[in-house]
Amino acid sequence: MDVLTPRSLDEALRLKAEHPGAVSIQGGTDVMIALNFDQARPELLLNLNEVVELRGWSRENGTLRLGAGLTYADAMADVVADELPALAEASRTVGSPQIRNRGTIGGNLGTASPAGDALPPLLVERAVVEVASTRGARRVPLQEFLVGVKRNALDDDELILSVLVEPSRQSQTFMKVGPRNAMVIAVCSLAVVVDRERGELRAAFGSAAPVARLVTAAIDEAESFPEQVAGAASPIDDVRGTAAYRRHALRVLTARALERCLA
Amino acid sequence: MRVSITVNGEVREAEVWAGESLLTTLRDRLDLPGSKNACEQGECGSCSVLLDDELVCSCLVLAAQADGHEVATVEGLADDGSLHPVQDAFAATGAVQCGFCTPGFVVAAADLLRRVPDPSDDEIREALSGNLCRCTGYQKILDAVHLAVER
Ligand SMILES: Cc1cc2nc3c(=O)[nH]c(=O)nc-3n(C[C@H](O)[C@H](O)[C@H](O)COP(=O)(O)OP(=O)(O)OC[C@H]3O[C@@H](n4cnc5c(N)ncnc54)[C@H](O)[C@@H]3O)c2cc1C
Ligand code: FES
Ligand code: FES
Repeated sequence: MDVLTPRSLDEALRLKAEHPGAVSIQGGTDVMIALNFDQARPELLLNLNEVVELRGWSRENGTLRLGAGLTYADAMADVVADELPALAEASRTVGSPQIRNRGTIGGNLGTASPAGDALPPLLVERAVVEVASTRGARRVPLQEFLVGVKRNALDDDELILSVLVEPSRQSQTFMKVGPRNAMVIAVCSLAVVVDRERGELRAAFGSAAPVARLVTAAIDEAESFPEQVAGAASPIDDVRGTAAYRRHALRVLTARALERCLA
Repeated sequence: MRVSITVNGEVREAEVWAGESLLTTLRDRLDLPGSKNACEQGECGSCSVLLDDELVCSCLVLAAQADGHEVATVEGLADDGSLHPVQDAFAATGAVQCGFCTPGFVVAAADLLRRVPDPSDDEIREALSGNLCRCTGYQKILDAVHLAVER
C-alpha cells in the first residue's frame, strides 16, 4: 500500500489516469473508517488535501462553484451560508465539530450514500457536478450523478472537481429525523425550496430511496405536495426505521417545511 | 513511508504504514499516548487533536495527510509544567472520573475558549458534542469549562 499526494490538479488527474484503482481521500471521514476496520485495503490512496484547486468556493458570474474539498464548516460560513441556506442547515447537522472540520461536499458525493446530508439541499438547487479526467471535463446534473446505493457516475479515471449551483435565493429549509441531535445518520431527511420566481415547489429527500431524489410541482399544488413527496419515496425497513414510518415522516416534514417557507 | 509532522511545535519524523491513522502515528511511533484510541470511527472524540489549528479526530486523518502540517496534541497544552486553565478546571471540578475521555474533552474545550473566550451554555454543548464520556454525566464537564472561563 502507498499514498500518492499530488500538489496540483493536473498532477492529480495524471496520477488518477495512471492508477485508476487508487482510492481518493479528502477529509477521510468515510475512507479512514474502512481502513481502520480492515474493510478496505486499496493498493493506492490518492491524497487530495494538497490540491489547492479543490479547496474553498468561488463565484463565476451568477454561479457558485463549491470546490470538492469544501468542508461542512466552510459551508456553514459567510457567502455560502447566505446563498445556500438549506445546505448550511444540513451542514450544521452533520456529525460533530470534528467531522464538520474535515468532511467535505466532494466526499459526500463520492460516497453517494442515500443518507448523504449535502445531497437534498444541493438537489433542490439543481446543482451540477463538475468531474474531470485527463480526457477532459464534463458536467453532470446531481440527480444523474447519483446512480444507486453508494454508486455514482464517476469513471475510474475521474475526480470530482466541484459542485456548480446558481443559488435560487428563494425560501428554503432542511430537516432531518434522527434519534438525537448530535452525530445522527438520518432516518430520513428533506430539503424544500418554495421558488416564487419560477412558480415551483422543489423537495428532495434522503434515506427514503436508493438515492436522494428530487420532486417538483407547481407552486399552487402546495396542498397535495406532501403526498407527492411521500409517494415518490421507495423506502425500506432497516435498523433506523421502517418504510411506513419514513413515508409518514416525509409527509409530515414536507407539510412543515412548506409552512415554514410560505410563512 | 516517511512523514515529517510538526507536533506541538517540534518537527518529528516517523516511518509509517501507508494506511495508518495520525492517531496511531502519535501513540505508537512518536511516544505521545495522550490522544486516546476508543472507537476509531469518529464517534467518541477521545483522539481529538488540532491539525493546522482545526479540531479533528486524529483517528480519521491519514498520517500521510499530516505530512508537512502542524499538529497540536493534549501533551502540548501544559506550559512548562503548569497546567492549561482548562486542565486545571477539569481537575478542580471533578470532571475526571476514569479519565479516558479527558484528553479529548480538554483539547476540544481549549479549542473553543481560544475561539470564543466567553461561550454560552449552548456554545459549550455544541463544541463538545463530538466527545463522549461514559462516567461523568457531562454536568461536571460543563462546570469545568465555565470555571476555566471565569479564571
Ligand atoms: C462520526 C461521523 C459522523 C458522520 N455524520 C454524517 C452526517 O450526519 N451526514 C452525512 O451526510 N455524513 C456523515 N458522515 C459521513 C461523512 O462525514 C460524509 O460523507 C463526508 O461528506 C465525507 O467527506 P470526506 O471528505 O471525509 O470523504 P472521504 O472519506 O475522504 O471520501 C469519501 C468518498 O469520496 C471519494 N472522494 C473524495 N473526494 C473525491 C474527489 N475529489 N473525487 C472523486 N472521489 C472522491 C473517496 O474515494 C471516497 O469514496 C459521518 C461520518 C462520521 C465518521
Ligand atoms: S477514537 Fe477517534 S473518535 Fe473515537
Ligand atoms: S471520565 Fe470516564 S469516560 Fe469520561
